[in-house]
Amino acid sequence: MTNTTSAVVAEGLRKRYGTTWALDGLDLAVPTGTVYGMLGPNGAGKTTAVRILTTLLRFDAGRARIAGYDVARQPEQVRGVLGLTGQYAAVDEILSGRQNLILFGRLHHLSRRAARRRADELLERFGLADVAGRSAGTYSGGMRRRLDLAASLIMTPRVLFLDEPTTGLDPRSRNQLWSAVRELAANGTTVLLTTQYLEEADQLADRICVIDSGRMVAEGTSDELKARIGADRIEVVVRDRAGVAATAAILERLAAGPVSVDAELRQLGAPVVDRVAALGDVMRALEASGIVVADIGLRRPTLDEAFLQLTAGGARQVAGVAR
Amino acid sequence: MTGVGGVVGGVAGDGGGAVNGGDAVRRFRWAVVDGATMTGRNMAHVVRSPEEIIIYFSLPIMFVLVFGYVFGSGMTVPGAGSYREFLLPGVFVMTMLYGLGATASGVAMDVSRGVVDRFRSIPMARSALVTGRTGADLIRALLEMTTLVVCGLLVGWQWRNGVVDALAAVGLILLLRLAFTCLGIFFGLVVPNPDTVGVIVFPLAFPLTALSNVFVAPELLPDWLGAVAAWNPLSATVAAARELFGNPGIGGDSWPAQHAALLAVVWPLVLIAVFAPLAVRRYQRLGR
Repeated sequence: MTNTTSAVVAEGLRKRYGTTWALDGLDLAVPTGTVYGMLGPNGAGKTTAVRILTTLLRFDAGRARIAGYDVARQPEQVRGVLGLTGQYAAVDEILSGRQNLILFGRLHHLSRRAARRRADELLERFGLADVAGRSAGTYSGGMRRRLDLAASLIMTPRVLFLDEPTTGLDPRSRNQLWSAVRELAANGTTVLLTTQYLEEADQLADRICVIDSGRMVAEGTSDELKARIGADRIEVVVRDRAGVAATAAILERLAAGPVSVDAELRQLGAPVVDRVAALGDVMRALEASGIVVADIGLRRPTLDEAFLQLTAGGARQVAGVAR
Repeated sequence: MTGVGGVVGGVAGDGGGAVNGGDAVRRFRWAVVDGATMTGRNMAHVVRSPEEIIIYFSLPIMFVLVFGYVFGSGMTVPGAGSYREFLLPGVFVMTMLYGLGATASGVAMDVSRGVVDRFRSIPMARSALVTGRTGADLIRALLEMTTLVVCGLLVGWQWRNGVVDALAAVGLILLLRLAFTCLGIFFGLVVPNPDTVGVIVFPLAFPLTALSNVFVAPELLPDWLGAVAAWNPLSATVAAARELFGNPGIGGDSWPAQHAALLAVVWPLVLIAVFAPLAVRRYQRLGR
């Protein structure tokens, strides 16, 4: 967690609304040039965190730095390096798409000509050239979100904040947005992305943090998070029902935990510790016993499972978890 | 999104390059430039929704016609003179007051739609939101005044004391519009719902107009109402404008009527002194 290699650093961020702490000591460190996913249910504090880090909201305690600039003391410098695309498209609905981008370019202090040129470039690249002259208010949700993203890319931000960027988008628009994010990241922009969709974090993020009730409950790569909540499982499907009992016996011997058996589907599963070694051992044992395998594989727990467990799911209503 | 290739290649973001702390002159220059950009943006709104403008301009014109011709026949002007000539300065000022609604709903619209988040997250001068709104509203007020003056000339109104006095009258009217802009920005921030804000402005504006010297001389009202009307900020500007235009209906024995020109300057300045800081504070509280 050193400042020099982290584009976004937060230490002990606290924000209170009335008597509830929307953020309750949030620590963050987003390595420069990576895509960082912030995952959490509604009301976990994701949007509050983004609004604080983008200088839109004051905070009660803690420190935060964006690209080395202090959020509280150097807000103007921070605004100079960030891009923000919010949950709701922050564009002018009366102006046309082109007018919007020119306006924001001018407010970024581009010359009139440079602002126009940049606007046209972005409209072209985000597939909005055909509707450039129409009021943004008449755009579809996906088009508006693309315009919003284009608006936050006018100056090529060093750190891009995406607050639930695909909420309410159809799959096609979502995929378009995802590929735009990937491309930005590939070109060195640090991206902090909040989402309720585990799939989104899994797809895009190099590292993921899970936040709940204003604090971080877990952090790591997607694989690390999955690993943290439990062992991998080996799953075997045998061709003949006759092989089920013998396979169960082999798994009992080689696996790290209780074996589940579905005789009807001829499917067996068990947790394992060293996944690759376990796979090899099981396959050799099955072969030696002459059991014909229809399918065999290793499975990691899904992020959904990880998420529910990490946010102490069961008892809590985890609203909006993907699917 | 036909291949986002080169999204990144465009313009290099330079860490805080646009704003170098400490350089006051530079800062001021950008504040002016950003204010002008925002003025342009707000004027573009007007151009893009002409139907609003048509409705907006037709109201004062209707007032001129309805009050001038329908009720005007039954109205008397203190001293002597044409009622329509008496009425026009009142309609000028009333139009400025109703402009407050447009200011407030414009501000409320920005705040409610989240576009203000984008303005606040880019390194532009924050004052530009206020100065841009003010600039656009003053341009708009000038257009309205032009329309009304033409309309007035058509129904027999005229200025009788020369161009300089007439321009001074217009200046006082625009000063009051400036005060209403501050008030409107404040309302727009307090009630950040563009629909509600219109509902609030009308009940405020209507009695303020009725209880003034816009339509009738305060001397013709019952005593206590007359006193309220005489002290009404609208009345000061209207009386001062009538005097400068040389239109009938000047006078009255009350202190405010005798010092209309002074009050026409003091009232707007007081309103600005109260509501401009309040608006700025509300604006800053958006970050709470």
